[in-house]
Amino acid sequence: MENLIGWLVAAPLLGAAVLLCGGKRLDRLGHWLGTLLAAASFVIGAVLFLDMLGEDEHHRAMHQHLFSWIPVGGFQADVAFQLDQLSMTFVLLITGVGTLIHIYSIGYMEHDERRRRFFGYLNLFLAAMLLLVIADNYLLLYVGWEGVGLASYLLIGFWQHKPSAATAAKKAFLVNRVGDVGLSIAIMLMFTTFGTFTFGPVLEATGETSEGKLTAIGLMLLLAACGKSAQVPLQSWLGDAMEGPTPVSALIHAATMVTAGVYLITRSGAIFNAAPDAQTAVVTVGAVTLIFGAIIGCAKDDIKKALAGSTMSQIGYMILAAGLGPIGYVFAIMHLVTHGFFKAGLFLGAGSVMHGMNDEVDMRKYGGLRKYMPITFITFGLGYLAIIGFPGLSGFFSKDKIIEAAFAKGGTEGWILGLTTLLGAAITAYYMTRVMLLTFFGEERWRNAATRSPNAPSAEPAAETRGEHAEPHPHESPKSMTIPMIVLAFGSVFAGGLFSVGDRFVHWLEPVTGHDHGDSPLSATTVTLSTVAVLIVGVSLAWAQYGRKPVPVVAPRGSLLTRAARRDLLQDDFNHVVLVRGGEHLTRSLVYVDHKLVDGVVNGTAASVGGLSGRLRRLQNGYARSYAVSMFGGTAVLIAATLLMRAV
Amino acid sequence: MNPVNYLYLAALLFTIGATGVLLRRNAIVVFMCIELMLNACNLAFVTFSRMHGNLDGQIMAFFTMVVAAAEVVIGLAIIVSIFRSRHSASVDDASLMKL
Amino acid sequence: MSFPLLTAMAVVPAVGALVTAAIPAAQRTTAKWVALLFSLVTLVLAAVTLVRFDPDSEDAYQLTESHAWIADFGVRYELGVDGIAVVLVALTALLIPFVILAGWNDADPPASSVHDKHDKHVKHEAADEVVTQGRWRPTQGFFALILMVEAMVILSFEATDVFLFYVFFEAMLIPMYFLIGGFGDRAGQLSEEETATQRSYAAVKFLLYNLAGGLIMLAAVVGLYAVTADDLGTGTFSLQQIAEARASGQLDISTNTERLLFLGFFFAFAVKAPLWPLHTWLPNAMGESTTPVAVLITAVVDKVGTFAMLRFCLQLFPEASKWATPVILVLAVISIIYGALLAVGQRDIKRLVAYASISHFGFIILGIFAMTSQGQNGATLYMVNHGISTAALMLVAGFLISRRGSRLIADYGGVQKVAPVLAGTFLIGGLATLSLPGLAPFISEFLVLVGTFSRYPAIGIIATVGIVLAALYVLVLYQRTMTGPVKAGIEGMPDLKARELTVVVPLIALLVFLGVYPKPVTDMIDPAVGRTLSVVDKQDPKPDVPAQDVEAAK
Repeated sequence: MENLIGWLVAAPLLGAAVLLCGGKRLDRLGHWLGTLLAAASFVIGAVLFLDMLGEDEHHRAMHQHLFSWIPVGGFQADVAFQLDQLSMTFVLLITGVGTLIHIYSIGYMEHDERRRRFFGYLNLFLAAMLLLVIADNYLLLYVGWEGVGLASYLLIGFWQHKPSAATAAKKAFLVNRVGDVGLSIAIMLMFTTFGTFTFGPVLEATGETSEGKLTAIGLMLLLAACGKSAQVPLQSWLGDAMEGPTPVSALIHAATMVTAGVYLITRSGAIFNAAPDAQTAVVTVGAVTLIFGAIIGCAKDDIKKALAGSTMSQIGYMILAAGLGPIGYVFAIMHLVTHGFFKAGLFLGAGSVMHGMNDEVDMRKYGGLRKYMPITFITFGLGYLAIIGFPGLSGFFSKDKIIEAAFAKGGTEGWILGLTTLLGAAITAYYMTRVMLLTFFGEERWRNAATRSPNAPSAEPAAETRGEHAEPHPHESPKSMTIPMIVLAFGSVFAGGLFSVGDRFVHWLEPVTGHDHGDSPLSATTVTLSTVAVLIVGVSLAWAQYGRKPVPVVAPRGSLLTRAARRDLLQDDFNHVVLVRGGEHLTRSLVYVDHKLVDGVVNGTAASVGGLSGRLRRLQNGYARSYAVSMFGGTAVLIAATLLMRAV
Repeated sequence: MNPVNYLYLAALLFTIGATGVLLRRNAIVVFMCIELMLNACNLAFVTFSRMHGNLDGQIMAFFTMVVAAAEVVIGLAIIVSIFRSRHSASVDDASLMKL
Repeated sequence: MSFPLLTAMAVVPAVGALVTAAIPAAQRTTAKWVALLFSLVTLVLAAVTLVRFDPDSEDAYQLTESHAWIADFGVRYELGVDGIAVVLVALTALLIPFVILAGWNDADPPASSVHDKHDKHVKHEAADEVVTQGRWRPTQGFFALILMVEAMVILSFEATDVFLFYVFFEAMLIPMYFLIGGFGDRAGQLSEEETATQRSYAAVKFLLYNLAGGLIMLAAVVGLYAVTADDLGTGTFSLQQIAEARASGQLDISTNTERLLFLGFFFAFAVKAPLWPLHTWLPNAMGESTTPVAVLITAVVDKVGTFAMLRFCLQLFPEASKWATPVILVLAVISIIYGALLAVGQRDIKRLVAYASISHFGFIILGIFAMTSQGQNGATLYMVNHGISTAALMLVAGFLISRRGSRLIADYGGVQKVAPVLAGTFLIGGLATLSLPGLAPFISEFLVLVGTFSRYPAIGIIATVGIVLAALYVLVLYQRTMTGPVKAGIEGMPDLKARELTVVVPLIALLVFLGVYPKPVTDMIDPAVGRTLSVVDKQDPKPDVPAQDVEAAK
């Protein structure tokens, strides 16, 4: 059974290789092949899962050693896999949601001439992400880690002919690379500290080393997690990543990529548990991002960017939970799974809406769509209820637990974190209600939007590709798109309850991550009630603003905060001014320096030698008499010198 | 007579020859000045021979005469051929080391 | 006596060069095939050498050959390979056929009119008719020179006699000079005359830099002879003899002398490598020469410099090497960051790759002088991987440039739309250059970084920044040339042809293979590195809390 583990990665990798190298011959069945291999990976995962359930809970981890990868002196890296409960949870989420997104893409990308390549990239994405979660050492994890970066680069920039897409892809890769530096330094630190970077030995040896080293490793891992999971200060790529086709956004936000950071921190739990300072940094990052993302989500009019802000904020919850230590690991992962369901559903729903609206992304040009897209409306609506934490749905269980865990941290820190998470829940309710109202309720603003400003340049690049400004005819999407949405909606509704009944999920993960109840100053009921209370506040605020009165098609100027939030809280502007501009100046001046100074020294030497010889050359004028003069002169000098020497 | 006077004469002749070589442009005159320098040397040799009382200097003088004769032959041939091609016997015209 | 395999590997391309050069002017195509054939025979010989080489052997050098050459000065014709050399010889033999194949049309007679650069076929047929009557011989010369360079590079990897090495190290400059100066890139923006001026400037700069380095090295070589003659009675240049004499204490070089000799050798190698601030010849030379020659410079010839640091600087002067380490490490880190930053600022594709190479050479030198087994293994592996990855990137860039007739990045855009295979291979070459895991360069770069970090953490961390910058210059290049709307002049660009695919596909396959399974190569290198480190008398730093001990304690 353990020999199957490698096939989890091999199946989608094979798909990527065949689809990308296969050429045009595969155009007609490429998407089926890609989907089939993703599904195959899911089936393998499911088989392994059943096998794992049969084992005693402390002996569930499976290992497979493939071959020795880099054997150099004391540095031994292997290609070896480890599949324990934590990895298994991810494997099922990645392959399950991934396969659904594959199916959805068959319909969504139907008219794209490069669909085969798109599926090749999707398969590559799955393969990299699976490698990331089943690797048994940090270096192999790093391979998957960067592989995910590459796949996201290819997919975000899939519509490469749009300069904005190409730029967004480059930005995503670069920001991720900054995070990768953190991971590689962490691995180096592990190697110098422990002499290895295999999970087992490293995590066991944490007790033996100094806290300072562990804090350094932890902070570097956190930097890595920030890059991949779009946490402050490396979050800027996430919004731009919406340039990719919508299934890609669903894949990045729900099943793969952004969850990698949470995985990394949970996996390295032993290191963080022994380094409280690093943990504080983790919860701080989580808390800041949680609010940061939520604020951005409130201001965006682009449906995908609003959802992107929400992802950032939800991942902030998970990172915060993971930073709480054993109290939070399980809930971080649980929220990750439920979030995987409802966020995938929301993105696919958004894609479905765009599909029916000529790729319009501005929510102010939607409205009243529930009549035209009933299935999309219902599935999106269920996802919405799940994400805001409507009692009984998935998000309610997982988010509630995180809020509880935050209070359970204890002390002032616990209060701050608990209140932050509550505030985040309120804002989440607000901006998601806003999305819902703008899209599916209210008047049908798209009816005359097109005629009102036929030539107005649209701010959204997607609108340009429409080519025409005809009035959209909203319609429901084909079956291949709606079925995945329905499946995901089921997940959004029931997953949380399923996990929470009898603390199943806690028992499942406990052997790997450990679990601790902490001591909360508030009772569980109080927390639940306050969660519901802030939920109601958030929803009513949104309704007051967007449900009760008509929404203007052109966004009002808004307050200072709104305007800043529309620009991603000016983080991008900061990057642009400081990093991009500064970098340009630096490189340009360096080019100048290289040419003038470094090269100049050499050229200067050459020039002065040349000048000297030019002057010397004048002596060689060809007049025999002047040569004779120099001969006589020379002889005279020599004789004089000899005489002088004699005299002395 | 003091033989040193002959040396003074030789030095004088050499200087006159050298000055001529350096200042005159006419190849023939330059040539004659070279001869003058050579003969000044000869005179010095003979004088030294006398002063030291051996024959080395005199043998050297004969040597010089033979060399000078050979040199005259070649030198004049060069001057003649330069004159033929350039219609001038000025040494400055032959500054390019080619015809 | 067994078959002199090492000599044969150099003789074959040398003979090939002569044969190619002797082929009559009209039979250009024959000349190309002959050159390719000889390079392939060399490749076969290299493969045989790899098989015959025994990585686990006790001997420092294997397949040795030794003959007296200039007996009066103790100069011997001594060849031998260790694990490091054998891998680099194989790399050289592997790359030359691709270089020849990639440069198949680069030395053809120039077109009569400059403007119809787009349809090469028409141009070539027309030109062939005109020039076949005339005596156009440079084609033969081009391929003969490439083979000549191959022979000399292989010999300098194999030589275990310092003087013998010096001879080939310098002689290599002659064919390289003609390759750079004689066969320019026809894609320049300037007029024919200005291009020729630029080119001869580049060639002369290349020659002068390397000659200056070589002359200083010659002084050090003579000095070495004098030192050995003093202590041993008869002077010698043999690496093994010197090493033995040092080990037995018979040869005792005073600290100052050793340092001076080390500097003499190191300077020459640093110019060749090239190390900041001696690097400025490389962008000129790579920019002005044809792409196959640029590959030859950076992927093959420059490797002699870094290889020689490992073999001669470290093994002949271990104490001085340790003395100079801090300065060299700092220079290497400057190379890494500086090369990468300048690559970001370039407007010319080939110069960009040149500066990227400077950054990569910084990594190699860093790995060598970190004096850890990971660092030196990584550095050697880096030489191999960098050779392959730069060849892939540069050759595809060359195909791109030959299509559009321009080296300027700004002239491109949207190539991906019209020539997807070209864009795809270019991207893979670029990803290899930025050391993406899964491709070969990642492993070597990571080993170098780990090796450096374990002894000099601060320097390791600064060097790590280089990987972000690498991503920047590669992706900016890719974005500007390949993505976005299709630019004017690109519309009709044909995709890669069969010959070009034959060049690129094996290189990419090799990058992937060595990225996933580098064990065959590391197994060759590892023992040789261990030996070098034992000469230098350095051991890897021990981890603070070895995980094995912890486990054992439990």
